[in-house]
Amino acid sequence: MTYDVIIIGGGPAGLAAAVSARENGAQDILILEREKELGGILNQCIHNGFGLHTFQEELTGPEYAARFIDQVRERNIPYLLSTTVIGLTQSEEGVQVTAVSRENGLMVYSAKAAVLAMGCRERPRGALNIPGTRPAGIFSAGTAQRLVNLEGYLPGREVVILGSGDIGLIMARRMTLEGAKVKCVAEIQPFSGGLKRNIVQCLDDYGIPLKLSHTVVDIRGKERVEGVTIAQVDEHFKPIPGTEEDYACDTLLLSVGLIPENELSREIGVELSPVTNGPKVNESLETNIPGVFACGNVLHVHDLVDYVSEEAAQAGKNAAKYSANAPARGEEIPVETDGAVRYTVPSRICPQRMEEDLVLRFRVGKNMRNAYVCVAVDGKQVLRRKRPVMAPGEMEQVKLKKEDLQGAKSIRVCTEEA
Amino acid sequence: MKQYDMIVVGAGVIGSAAARELSRYQGSLAVLEKNSDVCEGTSKANSAIIHAGFDAEPGTWKAKMNVQGNQMLDQLSEELDIPFRRCGALVVCLNEEDMPKLEELYQRGLKNGVEGLSLLSREEAVKREPNLTDQVCGALLAETSGIVCPFEMTLGLAESAAINGAKFYFETPVTSLEKIEEGWLIHTPKEDFTAKTVVNAAGVHSDELHNMVSEKKLKLAVRKGEYCLLDKAAGSHVRHTVFQLPGKYGKGVLVSPTVHGNLLLGPTAVDLEDRENVQTTAGGLAEVLEKSALGVKNIPTRQVITSFTGLRAHELGDDFVLEEAAEGFFDAAGIESPGLSSAPAIGKYLAEKIAEKLGLEKKTDFNPIRKGTPRLREMSREKRKEMISRNPSYGNIICRCEEISEGEILDAIHGVLGAKTLDGVKRRTRAGMGRCQSGFCSPRVMDLLSKELSLDLREIRKNQKGSEIVLERTRGGEKA
Repeated sequence: MTYDVIIIGGGPAGLAAAVSARENGAQDILILEREKELGGILNQCIHNGFGLHTFQEELTGPEYAARFIDQVRERNIPYLLSTTVIGLTQSEEGVQVTAVSRENGLMVYSAKAAVLAMGCRERPRGALNIPGTRPAGIFSAGTAQRLVNLEGYLPGREVVILGSGDIGLIMARRMTLEGAKVKCVAEIQPFSGGLKRNIVQCLDDYGIPLKLSHTVVDIRGKERVEGVTIAQVDEHFKPIPGTEEDYACDTLLLSVGLIPENELSREIGVELSPVTNGPKVNESLETNIPGVFACGNVLHVHDLVDYVSEEAAQAGKNAAKYSANAPARGEEIPVETDGAVRYTVPSRICPQRMEEDLVLRFRVGKNMRNAYVCVAVDGKQVLRRKRPVMAPGEMEQVKLKKEDLQGAKSIRVCTEEA
Repeated sequence: MKQYDMIVVGAGVIGSAAARELSRYQGSLAVLEKNSDVCEGTSKANSAIIHAGFDAEPGTWKAKMNVQGNQMLDQLSEELDIPFRRCGALVVCLNEEDMPKLEELYQRGLKNGVEGLSLLSREEAVKREPNLTDQVCGALLAETSGIVCPFEMTLGLAESAAINGAKFYFETPVTSLEKIEEGWLIHTPKEDFTAKTVVNAAGVHSDELHNMVSEKKLKLAVRKGEYCLLDKAAGSHVRHTVFQLPGKYGKGVLVSPTVHGNLLLGPTAVDLEDRENVQTTAGGLAEVLEKSALGVKNIPTRQVITSFTGLRAHELGDDFVLEEAAEGFFDAAGIESPGLSSAPAIGKYLAEKIAEKLGLEKKTDFNPIRKGTPRLREMSREKRKEMISRNPSYGNIICRCEEISEGEILDAIHGVLGAKTLDGVKRRTRAGMGRCQSGFCSPRVMDLLSKELSLDLREIRKNQKGSEIVLERTRGGEKA
């Protein structure tokens, strides 16, 4: 058989995409999930703060996931667990998905449309080339989170954290609550990459120092971490001699960025953005490969899961429409960026195909106060909005109106400082 | 007290090669290894190159063993089911003034009996290797140069020895040796051993072992070399191993594909005081990146996934020490580059010497074949499907980066010399060697180790004792 929409990944993005695809008319949907449960990374995020935008409630990660899992079950949308997709290619019907599992062996599925919702993985120590020894006791923050929250084991007692991404901040608090001593969080940037609320609730409330413009320059210990050296960095991120400080610790947690997981996207020929490491998509969240859509952290790393769900619902809807009647692709205008805007999703827009309103998401490269977000179409400003605070750790968005883009040749999104 | 005819000290590539060759002969055989697994010292961190053999001075052990070892690799890789590819090497000259040295190297190679050597013009070299820098003015091509996986090579040799009767004792460091009538009495913290003959394959500690039995003292200068390993996305950046001809810009570093499809850069060369100091340094890693760019352009250095330091046991006479240092005590000391390439030949040479000394006959039932764990990712879809239908655990993916299944990990744990640690699983299967460097799979592999070896999760180690991963139960975990 040929599915209408096949969804790779049953985390928050995949679940919302599936529900929305069904709501928009797709009958035969299949979710492929490699874990033994739906919900993705939310299952290990047992802290609360999820869903404020979507449900006006503060849910834990598993509770947030459960809301969507319930919706999938109510609609009888089929899903396969413990199933890993190992191949994604184009075919006559649309796409061909090869997956393996213990129960079903190696299977090949056909679908008219696919939604990429594979999420992301954590950058390892090696990607930063941190010098030193290679003992036990160095964990990415998410791995430590899994060990603590799902396995019930404590990976360390005296902890230094490198990187102030949200998972690192959350784990600073989590390890503290489990009785570990978190000595400090070092961040190479002059600002944190995490949410403001997490800095307050996870570090400040527990008296954990956040050392901005600092990084780990040495790791000691043969079998187990015995200590790390932290130094201040200059504006080129080079350690400043003389600023080294030694910390005795048995554990180093790394929260130094996430990489969207795009092996399958690459295999099918999806064009990736060097900024986000995720697919380049148009207004329908469709990649350069017709019928292949992307959403969630595989597309770009989000700050709040609520936005993942919103974005995924769009992708699911568009995939459903595509599977019913593949629309002709019109001319797409690239979205140019300027100022502190690092990228936009989407990065191309077809004004004929877009809906009345289109949410354009982006991140900025530095902290800004009272700056403006501006959108210009063919050199003419159509939007200028003041933002009291913008930060690299928080996603920004603007709403574009179809009427503003008719006949447009260029779109430019930028920030202007006050 | 355990008694053996032959004991090999050290389960690196040299000790394992010697053990495999000795296991061809009748007689009892054991290998004593201080670490908890094979391939834990010099053998685990090096350039993974099977050198052609043009580099060493003609007439030296290095030259002889390298050329022989290289020739043995085709059959060996077949028998041991280990990856090996003759990708060829280019020694690139970065400076016109140094061109005569390239010619010298070529002549030296001919003297050493290396086949498949030719001198290339810049144009010819660039045609073969488009990413060479503009600075390259010529190259020596060595067609027989190859790449191998040092872990799998060492494990393959060791398992082959074990299949043919060699007994392996891990976490069994030799503390002293005594000459006795039957041969040697070997003390370890656990128990004592006797052996008629001893092979000293103790790597960076081979001088210490040698000096326990010989008045003719040996002194090794241990050197370290730092490397960077790049993601598979960068693996096809070069097709050959690209060496830099030592010259105006120093010794240079190599840029090479690996048998698993990554790109390897390095090494530096720094003398060490502490023989086991395998730390990397900011300066070393910067030097690797900087120097590798001299010969090969546009290396995507953003794709570094890990960096590591290897150790080299450099003997001051600049050659391998292969001799009977005392009655029945055979040295394989000072084995630095091209040690990996020479290992099969060194093993054979020592085994023949020892067999002759003890008057041993060859076994009639020696089994040269050893199967590695299956690599499902490399199989055709049909074959993979068939494998999973026979054993469903091959369908359960544990390491997503390298696509390694539960079945492959179980095979590694229950192998001839089974994996007992995270690193042991990693080296046997590649689970954890991909771009997330085990962030995703390590808790899962820990669960499998715990279940299969009936160990508490707190007992699961990265490698040696003291490298346990988790320390205690969480508060909530106690109830679980």
